[in-house]
Amino acid sequence: MSENLISVNNVSVDFDYQENFISKKQKIHAVNNINIKIKKGSFFGLVGESGSGKTTLGRAILGANKISSGNVIFHDDETDYDLTNINKQDLKEYRKKAQLIFQDPYAALSPRMTVRDIIAEPLEVMRITNSRQETDDRVRDIASKCRLNLEHLRRFPHAFSGGQRQRISIARALVSNPKFIVADESVAALDVSIQADILNLLKQLQNELNLTYLFISHDLSVVAHVCDIVAVMYLGHIVEMAPSRKLFKNPKHSYTKALLSSIPSIDPENKSKAIELKGEIPSALNPPSGCVFRTRCPNPCDNCRNGNTEMGLIEVEPGHWVDQCCVNCN
Amino acid sequence: MSHLLEVKNLDVKFDTDEGQITAVENISISIDQGEVLGIVGESGSGKSVTAKSIMQLNSGNTLYNEDAEIILDNENVLKFTSKQDLKKIRGGKVSMIFQEPMASFAPAIKIGNQMVEQLLIHKNINKDEAKSISINMLKRVGIADAEKRFNQYAFELSGGMRQRAMIAMALSTMPKLLLADEPTTALDVTIQAQVINLIKDIIKEYQMGVIFITHDLGVIAQVADHVAVMYLGSVVEKGPVNEILKNPKHPYTKGLLEALPDINNLDEPLRPIPGNIPSPLDRPTGCVFRTRCPNPCDNCRNGNTEMGLIEVEPGHWVDQCCINCG
Repeated sequence: MSENLISVNNVSVDFDYQENFISKKQKIHAVNNINIKIKKGSFFGLVGESGSGKTTLGRAILGANKISSGNVIFHDDETDYDLTNINKQDLKEYRKKAQLIFQDPYAALSPRMTVRDIIAEPLEVMRITNSRQETDDRVRDIASKCRLNLEHLRRFPHAFSGGQRQRISIARALVSNPKFIVADESVAALDVSIQADILNLLKQLQNELNLTYLFISHDLSVVAHVCDIVAVMYLGHIVEMAPSRKLFKNPKHSYTKALLSSIPSIDPENKSKAIELKGEIPSALNPPSGCVFRTRCPNPCDNCRNGNTEMGLIEVEPGHWVDQCCVNCN
Repeated sequence: MSHLLEVKNLDVKFDTDEGQITAVENISISIDQGEVLGIVGESGSGKSVTAKSIMQLNSGNTLYNEDAEIILDNENVLKFTSKQDLKKIRGGKVSMIFQEPMASFAPAIKIGNQMVEQLLIHKNINKDEAKSISINMLKRVGIADAEKRFNQYAFELSGGMRQRAMIAMALSTMPKLLLADEPTTALDVTIQAQVINLIKDIIKEYQMGVIFITHDLGVIAQVADHVAVMYLGSVVEKGPVNEILKNPKHPYTKGLLEALPDINNLDEPLRPIPGNIPSPLDRPTGCVFRTRCPNPCDNCRNGNTEMGLIEVEPGHWVDQCCINCG
């Protein structure tokens, strides 16, 4: 039995793009050659700016995006599912075991369904339960685990605040008893006081239900608090990956360093000495050759600047992986 | 010396089918030239409504109380009714930067034409002068090839660049007061750092007063001189930024600070503020925070206290319920 739940091997995701009907078809490389292993019971964080490919990678792992090359393997108890090469029957099984929590709790819940129906829908669609009684029991059980009151089940989503709605989304994701959860920016739309509450709930459920998370976020301080392992993405590549303490104490890649220094400090006397990155993330249609970060790197070496380097993670310390360009540069 | 802007005893109510909803209650704030006032609070706390009152931009069903005053440059804005007077404040003396830069530019009009249009309304200049002022302003906010961007549409610019263009447009009329409503919330951290530095430089250069609205205490710590913390339409604590963040007195301010994940202190567990913000339709009587207060006194719990700021240290004002409670 493998200690990993998910293995992502050399995965790339491309999208077709055509500016208008006479121009040539192009490929956008949204995610490039990613290798990650998500251990059972871990809280795996994925950070990066908008357009870095975090969500695409998350969706690819769930089988919601087509994988262009490489493969994703889900190690269940006895069987391994290969998502690039999966039959319909197995894919249905996989969907029960891997679920997604969305970003915006206002958009993710149907306004015409009661909370009970929203949470029960996955059970009915996947034909997990056999009777209404059984469905109700499971809905009540998961609702109380997510700290929803039973009287809430009869109401409609509009009656709830953002934090409560997010708890409903979590209950819906967990009702089919999954093993793997992708939480895509699940606290980004919430106020700070509520955000802490949802993060604590996710942690608590992880222990109770033995879950494994892929936690996608752009907020580094949130990721630092909840995740065991963090991968930093930039323009479709992972540029650094390490256990979260290590990454935040001792970042190696210049992009990670810049990201960390950009977080505004809560101490007014500690005026930020942000390593200011010039410009913005380049378009994925036309990514820089060689190291993708070179156009914004504060101190690129000559090889990098001319686009002559090749990207790839190397292990600088046990468990701490950094893109080789950056290590060779400095 | 009189303040640049002084808001006195402002109540804002919305007249709806479900009754009058109190959005803001009894707010008094003031700003001097060259000063940044940060307003923090959760969604629904009335931050934006307060700022919009200054420009009279709230929707038609808004009711202001009789004795409220918003004194800008020795004139009471709330007494303005003629279009001519309102034009003086909207975009003239006061400019506003919004949260979502894509939604605040007209999508089908070139950025440059939008900038020129508002300059022609507020300044007594011709088109060519307006164009050169606009291009200079775009250059000032750090947009490369300003001439080219001048002739582009909002969708052709990236998020950070759009926000820079928005700032350039807001500043080109040389307002005395800038209202920045969550100007960095929709941006990535690296871009946020760039925009914050830009705003700080510009405030120093033009010596204007700024109201900076955000829910991010980190951003407040970096830009503001003074802070007002709002909860459910009331200011519960205000004072110099250093004092408020290092020595918070109100349980809500303390709660906000504790709920914030701190990257330098990962062992500390996250402490949410219990409960949810009540709906403005059933605003608690007495102290508005009492439903979520960790240790309310009996008077508070029954809604028998009255809110009002008292000065606990020079410049540091806290709601009195909390001081009396303990």
